[in-house]
Amino acid sequence: MRNSVKIFLLKTVIHCAAFIPAAIMYYLAIMDKLGSDPVEEIIHFTGISALNILLLTLLISPMAKYLKQGWLVNVRRLLGLYAFFYACLHMLSFLFFELQFDFSLFIDEVIERPYITVGMCAYAIILMLAFTSWSKIRSKMGKKWQTLHNYNYLLVTLVCIHFYWSVKSEIIEPSIYFILLFFLLYQRKDKFKRWFKR
Amino acid sequence: MLIKSKKKSELVESQVTDEAIYYSRRKVLKQLGFVGASALIAGNSLPKLAWANSNSSFKTTALDFKKSQYSDIQDKLTPEQKVISHNNFYEFGAKKDQPAELAQNFKVDPWQLKITGEVDKPFTLDYNELFSSFTIEERIYRLRCVEAWSIVIPWLGFRLADVLKKAQPNSKAKYVAFKTLHDPKQMPGQSNRYLGGGIKYPYVEGLRIDEAMNDLSLLSVGLYGKTLPPQNGAPIRLVTPWKYGFKSIKSIVEIKLVERKPKTTWNKLAPNEYGFYANVNPEVDHPRWSQASERRLTGGGLFARNRIETQMFNGYGEEVADLYKGMNLRKNY
Repeated sequence: MRNSVKIFLLKTVIHCAAFIPAAIMYYLAIMDKLGSDPVEEIIHFTGISALNILLLTLLISPMAKYLKQGWLVNVRRLLGLYAFFYACLHMLSFLFFELQFDFSLFIDEVIERPYITVGMCAYAIILMLAFTSWSKIRSKMGKKWQTLHNYNYLLVTLVCIHFYWSVKSEIIEPSIYFILLFFLLYQRKDKFKRWFKR
Repeated sequence: MLIKSKKKSELVESQVTDEAIYYSRRKVLKQLGFVGASALIAGNSLPKLAWANSNSSFKTTALDFKKSQYSDIQDKLTPEQKVISHNNFYEFGAKKDQPAELAQNFKVDPWQLKITGEVDKPFTLDYNELFSSFTIEERIYRLRCVEAWSIVIPWLGFRLADVLKKAQPNSKAKYVAFKTLHDPKQMPGQSNRYLGGGIKYPYVEGLRIDEAMNDLSLLSVGLYGKTLPPQNGAPIRLVTPWKYGFKSIKSIVEIKLVERKPKTTWNKLAPNEYGFYANVNPEVDHPRWSQASERRLTGGGLFARNRIETQMFNGYGEEVADLYKGMNLRKNY
């Protein structure tokens, strides 16, 4: 199979696996069929999904190297944009459904609750990455583009902290994410070493 | 003539999805491979899809009760299905839907509730005595969780004061300590840290004796006209509606009158977040949740406009404010 066909097929799978669940979950939540507190459900679902997809974006390049399938890198932007999509849903669901358009409360919460502050920092980063994802902007930015997109590592770390701080006492699930994060960052240890040598 | 005006939000029969169609939709979704696809994204959310058609196998029975002055409140009741499927009962899992799923085989009979400690006449209630020793009344209370959501529940139960008086507390009885059953075989959260959210078991709680003697303090043995389902704390639990939900200890096996302030589970775990008193107070925030307002879970799905301002003492100030006269509620949260 030609690489372009593989890329097309994999992108189709990603679209289905990422978009359809969101549509169905929102449908169920709107119809009050998603557990007893659909608001909490939908916020948790979109948040965890964004984190899962972000980790997948970090998995792509080590996997492409390991499996010697360079074409895989072509789907990374799409995954990143879906992470952004879920991050937007997550933030907007919190504002619209949890706080019910109380903008002043939203601003208070962002300032006063450390885990929300961290979440908003992460959102600011992913917003920048998403807006600079167009090929045209990428070529215009040249070397700076890569520097900016290295913030992805910080972004995923902040999201893990955001998740860890948001739970009451059940730290096992956030811990698993920290382990995954560490594993994925460890794959890039040479890159990090190079940064610090300079 | 009865004139009934319909609210916009009220459903009519024709809008309710037929059960057969509802289930066939679920089947189609499954066949579409949705279950597989979404497992990739958030496997956690899958159990919630089964929410609406979960059958609880635990048998509850109807109870005889009389209405009380607290049966008559203006707040709209939270639907029974939500009350029995949205539970913080970490002994059966730290996620809200896990207790309803994992507690169905919980054995409540035989049961023993000991009333002991600084009393002249300690006694024990067995399972049947829980329902026959005191007059059961219905009380509709608001329940406010520290996580800033709230529900309205028709409880059945009797005054904690009546139980304590029967035991005749002595002059050393200054506080009341409560303990939940410790049975890791039946309560998977007690043997599995992942399920149990990493808190220490058995769950313990406490009240000052005057709080316990307050007319509002209820030992509940039922809700919605029937005995309690296990996820709601069967066979007997505490309800203190002016305090955050975590004070309302479930599945109680021991009530002990003591001289010193007893330990409480969440206070031990994170003393800066959960105080001994845990009175609902819109002016004192929890580090993670503003307490100024709350979401009232009734029905209506994602777009339900249900954010309301939180009232001091959850609206029960008239009954309980005197208990805290002269106390700094910022310090004694």
